[in-house]
Amino acid sequence: MLKIFHWAAPQTFYPLAGKLWRPFAVLAAALALAALYLGFFVAPTDFQQGEGYRIIFVHVPASWMSMVIYLAMAFWAFLGFTFNTRLSGMMTQALAPTGALFTFLSLWTGALWGKPMWGAWWVWDARLTSELILFFLYMGYIALTSAIDDPRRADKAGGLLALVGAVNVPIIYFSVKWWNTLHQGASVSVTKGSSMAQTMLWAMLLMALAFWAYSIAMALYRVRSIILERERHTHWAQEVAA
Amino acid sequence: MIWASWNDFWAMGGYGLYVWGSYSVVALVLLLEVRAAGQRQRRAIAQVHEHKEDTDI
Repeated sequence: MLKIFHWAAPQTFYPLAGKLWRPFAVLAAALALAALYLGFFVAPTDFQQGEGYRIIFVHVPASWMSMVIYLAMAFWAFLGFTFNTRLSGMMTQALAPTGALFTFLSLWTGALWGKPMWGAWWVWDARLTSELILFFLYMGYIALTSAIDDPRRADKAGGLLALVGAVNVPIIYFSVKWWNTLHQGASVSVTKGSSMAQTMLWAMLLMALAFWAYSIAMALYRVRSIILERERHTHWAQEVAA
Repeated sequence: MIWASWNDFWAMGGYGLYVWGSYSVVALVLLLEVRAAGQRQRRAIAQVHEHKEDTDI
């Protein structure tokens, strides 16, 4: 346990993140290439949606990441409130831009999928609306934390928003069950397994893993910038940047 | 092989606009994020240098 607190110091985490981000970036690129190959050259044509269904290989992973990253932010915010570690707030902030971008990509690819299949770019259905609210939560978090000059106070205010906003995530996830939505139900379920062809499923899962690795690499890379921005007055930061 | 030709591949059975409109924006957004993160890191390092020069004087 003490070891964890040792790594939680910005000064010790900076070089660790510096070592770790690169392998995750390489892993992300390799997994994405494999997923694209499976998704475009191996996975068969869908009998209902033709080739249009291939949007699924980015749409579902992007949507998953939009929720996972928000939960990760809530987790770091919770750690921050519990242990009062400075790194927690930095990690929350490092994750936010990537989460916001995946939420945007989920909405964008969803619109491009909805148009040919439903005949509409957008409908005010529970799944789509709750995902849009998630996008606003990310934007709110980024605006709030950048509007407060004192980083520690920004972390506290932002952390509260991250924790409270996390209730929206299960609402998004279960929206297709709780309400009658135009959006289709889950393609992959823990209890029922998958309703997709094997190769389709693998392409989607590999892309999801690629997005996971990308997000981890991105958060580790960005947290280093945040650490330097906040610690620029310290001796160790000046040695590191030299 | 699923595709008879490259034309066939790019057409995506008539869904080309939607499929490539999705994938190109995903690629673009991620590339822009990577670039922005690189710029922020260089700026952060420059800030540390500035601060050092201020205190050295």
